[in-house]
Amino acid sequence: MSQPVRIDLEGFGKAYGGVPVLRDVSFTLYGGRVHGLLGENGAGKSTLLKAVCGAVAPDTGRILLDGEPISVGSPRDALRHGFALISQELALVPAMTVLDNVHLGRWRNRLGWRTGREDGRTLARLIERTGFDLDPSALVRDLPLAAQQQVEILRALASGASVIGMDEPTALLTQTETDRLMAVIRQLAADGTAVVLISHFLEEVLSVCDDVTVLRDGRHVVTGPAASQTPGSLVRHMVGRPLELFYPEPAPVKDAAPVVLSVRDLRRGTAVRGVSMEIRAGEIVGVAGLVGSGRSETLRAIFGADPRDGGAVEVDGDPVPPGSPSRAMRAGLAMVPESRKEQGLVLDRSVRENIALASLSSRQLAGFVRGGSERPAAGSMLRDLDVRGSDLGGPVWTLSGGNQQKVLFGKWLLEKPAVLLVDEPTRGVDVAAKSQIHRLLVDLAAGGMAVLMVSSEVEEVMGLSHRVLVMRHGRLVAEFARGEATREQVLSMAFADDLPTGAAPGPTRSADPTNYPESSRNSTEEHE
Amino acid sequence: MTTMADTEAPPEAAARATASRFTRLHDFGIVLTVVVIVVALSLTTQTFMTTGNLVNLLDQAAVIGLLACAATLVIISGAFDLSITAVLAVAAIVAVVVTTHAGVPAGMAAGVLTGGVLGAINGLVVISVKVHSFIATLALSIMYRGLAVILTAGAIVYPQESRLASFQALGWPTVLGGITAASLLFLLVAAVCWVVLARTTFGRRIYAVGGNEEAARLSGIRVGAVRVAVFAISGVCAALAGLILASRGGSAQAGMATGMELTAIAAAVVGGTSVLGGEGAIWRGLIGVLLITLIGNGFNLLGWDTIYQQVVQGALILGAVSFDRLLRGRRS
Repeated sequence: MSQPVRIDLEGFGKAYGGVPVLRDVSFTLYGGRVHGLLGENGAGKSTLLKAVCGAVAPDTGRILLDGEPISVGSPRDALRHGFALISQELALVPAMTVLDNVHLGRWRNRLGWRTGREDGRTLARLIERTGFDLDPSALVRDLPLAAQQQVEILRALASGASVIGMDEPTALLTQTETDRLMAVIRQLAADGTAVVLISHFLEEVLSVCDDVTVLRDGRHVVTGPAASQTPGSLVRHMVGRPLELFYPEPAPVKDAAPVVLSVRDLRRGTAVRGVSMEIRAGEIVGVAGLVGSGRSETLRAIFGADPRDGGAVEVDGDPVPPGSPSRAMRAGLAMVPESRKEQGLVLDRSVRENIALASLSSRQLAGFVRGGSERPAAGSMLRDLDVRGSDLGGPVWTLSGGNQQKVLFGKWLLEKPAVLLVDEPTRGVDVAAKSQIHRLLVDLAAGGMAVLMVSSEVEEVMGLSHRVLVMRHGRLVAEFARGEATREQVLSMAFADDLPTGAAPGPTRSADPTNYPESSRNSTEEHE
Repeated sequence: MTTMADTEAPPEAAARATASRFTRLHDFGIVLTVVVIVVALSLTTQTFMTTGNLVNLLDQAAVIGLLACAATLVIISGAFDLSITAVLAVAAIVAVVVTTHAGVPAGMAAGVLTGGVLGAINGLVVISVKVHSFIATLALSIMYRGLAVILTAGAIVYPQESRLASFQALGWPTVLGGITAASLLFLLVAAVCWVVLARTTFGRRIYAVGGNEEAARLSGIRVGAVRVAVFAISGVCAALAGLILASRGGSAQAGMATGMELTAIAAAVVGGTSVLGGEGAIWRGLIGVLLITLIGNGFNLLGWDTIYQQVVQGALILGAVSFDRLLRGRRS
């Protein structure tokens, strides 16, 4: 690499419908350095990155490449100048091979006929350079997510990108995959590339980045060397004032509290292999475990989202029939599913309709929706949960992740279930909403609800639960009372003998015995 | 407990402002097109704004209107029903055959029942065979057309002379300004569908199933039951359209209304109902029907050569759908 590039971003501004999301943001990127871009949900990070890479047109702002103004009106322009964007939604052709995707649209050809050998050699060189373990002839749709992301990175490199923007590349990766990606990012920088990294995981940012920039409300707050920041200082910059994050203490379970949920020898394929537990009124039970340990599958089998292969579930002593969410609901169960976008919300419909969806029958007259009782019910739920950003009539997709998550909780709380099953209560929500949801769970339990919670954040499980269950290979392998175990003890139970042993259940991701997936990834806390 | 969600207000508000602006534009665009055509036709022809023509227009819209109601419901529920005109034909033939044996009321009732049953079969097949409804109903529609051929032995069927007059009653003008019974039937069905979609819990479930089937299921909605019901309603609407056609012509045959299911789907989509499901409204389907009918009516009144009519209709549908796509593209 010759002289490293210098990219000055000057006065970037962008408004949607008159509301500014970026206001006069300026800072400088350097080749050979990794630049972290931080901010809360909605601070303008993604918009800025897209504007720089030609994916959205900014209202104001220009880019100086080594002092020369350049125009990036489209992704194609941007690519020509060496700017490549790897966005959250991967842009690959699933039915094509790795080779074809890496050279997508720029295949070498003679009169339209592919001359693939040169492309193959280029790819081989890139694979060697990055150390990715990719088969050029594999179909992209057969690859796990992390590998698909590698294909995107290779594509950026194949196009000769000198500036690579990555929008939350690690959001869905396991810790091992994340570590590998971080190593690649460091190597790209070592080769002279300027990397811009958006991430919610502060420790990750601090460990990999040379420089960081924090945005807040679309404004530039600070740019400086990462070494001069701590997670705490970054949070302060992001929220504009010191924010102490703590887990609310759950109220003690009353001695006389009856068992509400009882699960005996629950089985579901290879994912759940005989799970038994009892949860009392007012108790929060957290389940920790690796991705693929059967955590989510257990909740889904209890709720009837998936059929059961065996075992019994009882609520207040009454059996819950298998395989039917509607019957499970009648028995007093509710489930906040893992993915609010895919399983939780009807994004195009209004906040009100979404909140009402699970309890339509209780506010109807001869099949008609009783607006007179639905509107106030949904309205007061919005107020109770402090949902912001929309009134009842606005479509749910316009809300931020945190507010969407609150709506999802609201849908289930209208019916006052006896048992709340929660899968990933705070995935992808901002710090403020996260602590509100934590408080909500504790309050619900204090009001007598039995809560069974699954989370990839072991701190969250330990911080909120009266009891922590650890799951491994479809079985419960340990139980700790609150405060009884350290984080390390919980993690070591989750991993224990977990070196893949041929018959190890399902996930396409490898489990690394030294790391807990998504551990230490509680976005903005300095919690230990 | 901290409360600082305020930091995240702007982009949502922005996105929403953008969304609602485009939604409004979208609604407005299609209504505006219709208004422009109406004004243009009123100004350029003497005959458009006459009671006779408007009554005629409504009557022309009745059959495609009923089919568009069916298409709108099914599309909002996240499916397609390509079998509606085949169901229409079978229902019309059954109506004629039963009329011959047991009288007009029995015949009409049998026709409607046939539509409901065939529709429910569509629904059951779609939910049990896990192929896309587009393919499933395409295959079923071929079977239904075949069934129609079998029932009629390939011939045109008529009710006997003595019952023909009352069989054709749907085509008669009523005391309401000469509006035909068929038109009234269409308006009534459209109103019922509208209310069902917009006001009932069933309507809410239809939107939820179409918008996010998994979320609907996990909210305790019996997705299969909703789908079967929607297809059954679609079948009933198709059967009613079949009764109108048979009543007008005084006969029924296996090839009735071939291809009209696509016009009905086009009408629904032109109005702004999303082919992706979960979004749309009956009134949108009605606007689409009005637009398509107006084009035919306009060609007639203006004395334009009708050989261009299909080109204009097709271009219009393409334009509207591209526009829909463009607006949706803004979302993410």
